[in-house]
Amino acid sequence: MKKIVLSIPFFFFISVHADWLSFRGSNGNGSSDFKIPDTISLNGVKSWSTDLPGRGLSSPVVVKDSIFLTASSGSSQKVLHILAFNSENGRLKWERKFKATGRTVCHDKTCVAASTLASDGQVLIAQFSSNDVICLDLSGNLKWVRGLAFDHPNIANGLGMSSSPVIAAGTAIIQVENDADSFSFGLDLGLGTTKWKKERPRGANWTSPITLRSKGRELVALQSKQGLIALEPETGQRLWSFEDGASTIPSSAWTEQGILLIPSNGMTALKLDSNMEDFQQIWADNKLKPGTGSPCSRDGKLYVINSANVLTCASVKTGEIKWRLRLQGPISGSPILTEEKLVVFSESGLGQVVKLDTEEPKVIQTIDLEDTILCTPAMTKDALVVRSDQKLWKLSN
Amino acid sequence: MNNQQHAKQKRNDWFLFCWRHRITFRRKEMKIFCFLFPVILFKTFASVEKQVVSAFLAVDSHGKGNPDAVKALSMLDELDQKSILPLLTAMNQANPIGDNWIRGAINQILKSSKSQPFPSSEIKDFIQNKENIGSSRKSAFELLQDFRPKLASSMVPKLMNDPEPSLRREAVARLLKQASTALSDSETKKLYTRALTEARDAEQIKQASNALKEMGQEINLVALMGFLTKWELIGPFDNKERAGFGKTYGPETTNKESYPGKNGPVQWSTFSTSDSFGMLDINQKFGEIKEVLAYGKTNFYSDKAQKAQFRLGSKNAWKIWVNGELLFARDEYHRGGTRVDQFILDGALRKGKNQIMVKVCQNEQTQHWTKQWEFCLRVTDPSGRAIKQAKKK
Repeated sequence: MKKIVLSIPFFFFISVHADWLSFRGSNGNGSSDFKIPDTISLNGVKSWSTDLPGRGLSSPVVVKDSIFLTASSGSSQKVLHILAFNSENGRLKWERKFKATGRTVCHDKTCVAASTLASDGQVLIAQFSSNDVICLDLSGNLKWVRGLAFDHPNIANGLGMSSSPVIAAGTAIIQVENDADSFSFGLDLGLGTTKWKKERPRGANWTSPITLRSKGRELVALQSKQGLIALEPETGQRLWSFEDGASTIPSSAWTEQGILLIPSNGMTALKLDSNMEDFQQIWADNKLKPGTGSPCSRDGKLYVINSANVLTCASVKTGEIKWRLRLQGPISGSPILTEEKLVVFSESGLGQVVKLDTEEPKVIQTIDLEDTILCTPAMTKDALVVRSDQKLWKLSN
Repeated sequence: MNNQQHAKQKRNDWFLFCWRHRITFRRKEMKIFCFLFPVILFKTFASVEKQVVSAFLAVDSHGKGNPDAVKALSMLDELDQKSILPLLTAMNQANPIGDNWIRGAINQILKSSKSQPFPSSEIKDFIQNKENIGSSRKSAFELLQDFRPKLASSMVPKLMNDPEPSLRREAVARLLKQASTALSDSETKKLYTRALTEARDAEQIKQASNALKEMGQEINLVALMGFLTKWELIGPFDNKERAGFGKTYGPETTNKESYPGKNGPVQWSTFSTSDSFGMLDINQKFGEIKEVLAYGKTNFYSDKAQKAQFRLGSKNAWKIWVNGELLFARDEYHRGGTRVDQFILDGALRKGKNQIMVKVCQNEQTQHWTKQWEFCLRVTDPSGRAIKQAKKK
């Protein structure tokens, strides 16, 4: 009984969002209360696709009836795009362009528009590999701009940056961590001024910060090769740290059980107290090591896809492996899931829908977009949204 | 007239007096107002515009000036499309961050004053006026591309000799496209040759030279692009645990023939490359060794004092000094390959001899993709054109 009572505050905070507000959704763990359509189709009544003006592997975000996305184009990808589409018909609502003020050199596989937008339902925070951070309202009006590479010319990664921002307690959390200058910033959501700046471990880091929520409180966790630290988002004050190392590519996931899943030594689970002031490591398992994509979690289960494209389901509380399923890869994006289904796209554009509510999970549908897909899909209430370098698709029944 | 009638008459007289005076007063007031209104409006408009511009120009690093710039954004409703040109002009003085604030502001004005005529000809004039700085002209050109694409397209051929590399690139891109679809070999060759002459962008130069090479024409890219291929090299020095990057070895402070190296005394010796893109493979000199660093130095002779860009490519950690002053340092290893123009550093050349020195570090990684220990460097003017060296005196 005590356990149930303790789990209520976590659960309450995780289920309040109806939009898809950031990388891996509003909960930051890939889960959603929306329904993945029974059959997703390129020709569905509500399906559409539209051409994009630039490259990108950032994920779409969804606020109300709009889908927002970033892209980069032009010589050396120096033009930064922020786009808004009508969710119903795919028509472009508005487009805003800015100039990259930092370095735009990237590995060919990635690009300057690699970070996913974050929204609080009122504003959008766009972060680019050039370390430009732009805040717009939902109508595309500029709220503020920062050029973090203008402040610190050495915050760049020769392969490209990809950390996605989060918004917590009126603060945009921006991780810009690499081999040379390495920082994380808390930027005031209203003004774009620096609330706090933290020196971070030097080393290329493509992970994204995540938000931990409990009892109306929000903390932010920053992951690096050294481990993970939890901060007060408004002040940057460090509350606790996990120092057993962590991956620099897949990000952590917060679960409704108040358990934090960190890609460390395979996968490590930390149980936080209800105030999130302290933690206890409850298990670690190197058989749950994710590949490039981040883990997702829902209903007490966690799901990881390893570098051999095997999807593994395990218990969040114990780490006990429930089942494995080989998918078609290679896979770069992270999976997302609902109560019954999990979806992930392979690099070749093959969408794979896995039915989860059986002892024998299986791929129940595939859809081939015949394009390179490196992003994590997003969800609206009745469809999946996914993008390539050239196109944005909404896939419905 | 009784008292009552008298009182009534007085009231009427008073009423009439007031009414007349009110009318007179209102007329006067209206006249003054009608005269002053455009002046007030213009002054208010100009004042708002001035405040907005001033706020965006004050934006600086670390979010300095953001609160005032945020306020300025809230004043944009008072401006209309007449302010676009002043805002573009303000970009001439803005830093890159202020430039982005101004872009956002222009977008907002265009959105809120859609019914007004778009100032096409003023923007065209702005682009053509080379007294405006290149990045502002490029922003204006992008605006024209968005709102008057045909007009923008018609301007492209005239951008061929533009001092702004990003505008020039537009014209060269069109030439390359024409070359790739030309009907005869002679026309193709002519167009690619012109593209090669006009191009400043490394990728466009490569594209044109590759096409010409396929047609049997030899291109001296080293001379065309201005790669520095003859160096003096000294090393190896110790870079265990990557500590050598931050350590000041002798070549950074003195000008001697020999210094203590990692494995004993080391001396400067000549080192050159015949690579088409001026790549200097330091492994060729010292073997594929790890946790080491080396210095390369060369002299560049300029016929005048001038602004210059030092365009360096390296996948190793590096530092570069020009005439003894550190220009930039980057402590990153093997994140992607070495690329031409990977780092474009603004600097200056003195008239006569200029010493350029680079420090190139190798780390401890053992993967096959970490064995490279290399760099390439070229010196150009701000448009990207190679600066030809003056004769030694």
